Amino acid sequence: MQKAVLLGDEAIAQGALDAGVSAVYAYPGTPSTEINEYILRSKEHRSGNVVATWTTNEKTSMEMAIGASYVGKRALVTMKHVGLNVAADPFMNVPITGVNGGLVIVSADDPSMHSSQNEQDSRYYGKFAQIPVLEPINQQQAYDMMPYAFEMSERLNAPVLMRITTRLAHSRAGISFGEKTKQNELALPKNRKQFVLLPSIARVQYKDLLNNWPNVIKESETAGYNKYLDGKDKSMGIITTGIAYNYLMENYPEGIDFPILQIAQYPLPTSMVQRLYDECDTIMVLEEGYPIVEEGLRGILDNGKTIFGRLDGTLPRDGELNPNLVAKAMGFEIPEINDTPEVVTARPPALCAGCPHTDSYTALNMVMEQHGDGRVFSDIGCYTLAALAPLESINTTVDMGASITMAKGAADMGLIPSVAVIGDSTFTHSGMTGLLDAVNAKSPITVMILDNFTTGMTGGQQSQATGKLEAICEGLGVEKEHIRILNPIKKYHDENTAVMKEELEYNGVSVIIPRRECVITLNARLRAAKNKKKLEKANKEN
Amino acid sequence: MKKDIVLGGVGGQGILTIAATIGTAAVSNGLFLKQSEVHGMSQRGGDVMSNIRISSNEVFSDLIPEGKADLILAVEPMEALRHFKMLKNGGWLITNQKPFINIKNYPELDDVLAQVNALENHIVIDADGIAKDLGSVKAANIVMLGAGLPFIGLEVEMLEDALGVLFGRKGQDVVDLNIKALKAGLAEANKVINK
Repeated sequence: MQKAVLLGDEAIAQGALDAGVSAVYAYPGTPSTEINEYILRSKEHRSGNVVATWTTNEKTSMEMAIGASYVGKRALVTMKHVGLNVAADPFMNVPITGVNGGLVIVSADDPSMHSSQNEQDSRYYGKFAQIPVLEPINQQQAYDMMPYAFEMSERLNAPVLMRITTRLAHSRAGISFGEKTKQNELALPKNRKQFVLLPSIARVQYKDLLNNWPNVIKESETAGYNKYLDGKDKSMGIITTGIAYNYLMENYPEGIDFPILQIAQYPLPTSMVQRLYDECDTIMVLEEGYPIVEEGLRGILDNGKTIFGRLDGTLPRDGELNPNLVAKAMGFEIPEINDTPEVVTARPPALCAGCPHTDSYTALNMVMEQHGDGRVFSDIGCYTLAALAPLESINTTVDMGASITMAKGAADMGLIPSVAVIGDSTFTHSGMTGLLDAVNAKSPITVMILDNFTTGMTGGQQSQATGKLEAICEGLGVEKEHIRILNPIKKYHDENTAVMKEELEYNGVSVIIPRRECVITLNARLRAAKNKKKLEKANKEN
Repeated sequence: MKKDIVLGGVGGQGILTIAATIGTAAVSNGLFLKQSEVHGMSQRGGDVMSNIRISSNEVFSDLIPEGKADLILAVEPMEALRHFKMLKNGGWLITNQKPFINIKNYPELDDVLAQVNALENHIVIDADGIAKDLGSVKAANIVMLGAGLPFIGLEVEMLEDALGVLFGRKGQDVVDLNIKALKAGLAEANKVINK
């Protein structure tokens, strides 16, 4: 059978389409972005059969997906790991409502922080919310799991979390497709109070959730995704989670003699873990992410059998795994490896040539010189690169939206002026509410909203802010005369610095909006227009 | 058959297209594939790498173990050296000679090339020059793919078909240009190998 070459993210998207998903909601975030990009390109979406959009943030995504599930449709919501923090409120409650149509949440973790500010492990969220978690070991399994995830969600009346990591998300493999499932018909929940989490109802339904837990464990033991692979050498038993299995097998091309418990579904299958523990002298735990399985196995007292893993130094406590780390853990001699030649110089990521942010920051740097260092609170996006040389303009980046609120907190304590720098998409994601706080307190802060009409860092997805920024700021109560629009190009450098100076002196909330299209999306747009013209010309000539 | 290939370059130089061409060719010829790449923040003018693993048996790890790559194929000479620790003993390093200079402290090119030349199995070619002669410097990445072809374990026809699949919607002239670039790179590599 012909296979398609797909990223792990794309395999998940195709799996969801083939599983009869009706609605897909997402906020872009590496390494999850390509899931919804694939859905948006699909004929199922373009023909109007599947609703798919980028939303304002992960919380609105999650709630829309719950709404779609409420009417009996299968819904998918995707995000990066830290996005699940933003969506944590609905995420923690939807296990108690249960679902009507199948509800699958994909959270893409980024161990080693290739493109993230932390490496939190979403499996803890699954445990916290008490729902089933799937962690595919490869791209094909990620595809295969999607129909199962929706079906299980409906059968167990539970949302399902799929946790993936960067290497699965951003690696391609040949994928075989399965059968297509039809979408669910629209059908309201039979119990019209199912989604009403009044305390009296929530108490009852929370007990149901707890009572259902043995069934969820049974599912982990019987669904077939967790495998006990027996081996004759019982001196060590190995537990692998997700893609860690691949790094193990990479070191045993001729096969392995140790018994392996291959985990791809949680909660852990208790009887399988018990068997490995009973039959083997020692246990090795290989997991991509935090040592959540290892911690559980050791317990608080850690007075059982010898366990090797991330907590005893056999493997590093942080960062992603790789074949060499696992080889070392398994006691293999690592062959001699070439040193990186000294001549190799770091090539850090940088703002693109012609990027509007460079002009905005150049002007800001000049204006801030007179006020001194340490006053620019920033946020998450391409413009975070201004923390590095040559610009070195910003002093903080903590989480989506924190620029405005941190600037307010600092100004409250007397750091005046305090400046916030935030992108257009990040502003509508999580900046608007903080701006309202600042307006209500008449904080002496200056907020720069860098408007490039796109979500740039993740590759230029539609920004929900486009065309709405002035109206939003005005609506939140920023005075009209203190909403200033700039054109961030060299030519207007002097005018722009003059405006910044004026607003920094204002003893209240000012919003400055430097506005120019991202050069990447601009070039893509011009290229597409040129190709279209070329194609039309060719068609005419034929 | 089993080949582990590391691709190196700078964001925007087209290494993901090289990766996609090899991947498409491998899978349509019944081989197993794992091809990992970097997205997101690190793409912005930073160094980019891709791991390609093709095999007649199942491939497990998405990442090539250090010291196990059969080939480093780079569209930029310093980026070839960046992945030096991936190369196995006796592996080949093939690189474009033209540097991509977007940092102030880029080393002396002679020092970079001296490191490449010190390796027993290496090929340095002027992919930009060759591509320009063929009609577009944009095809330099496919010239490099051609240069790597003797070590990738796939036939030239398989890659021609893959280029047709990937560039087809851009028109036959683009497909033809890339096939020419592929063959020119291959010829250049063979000159070195047969010397």
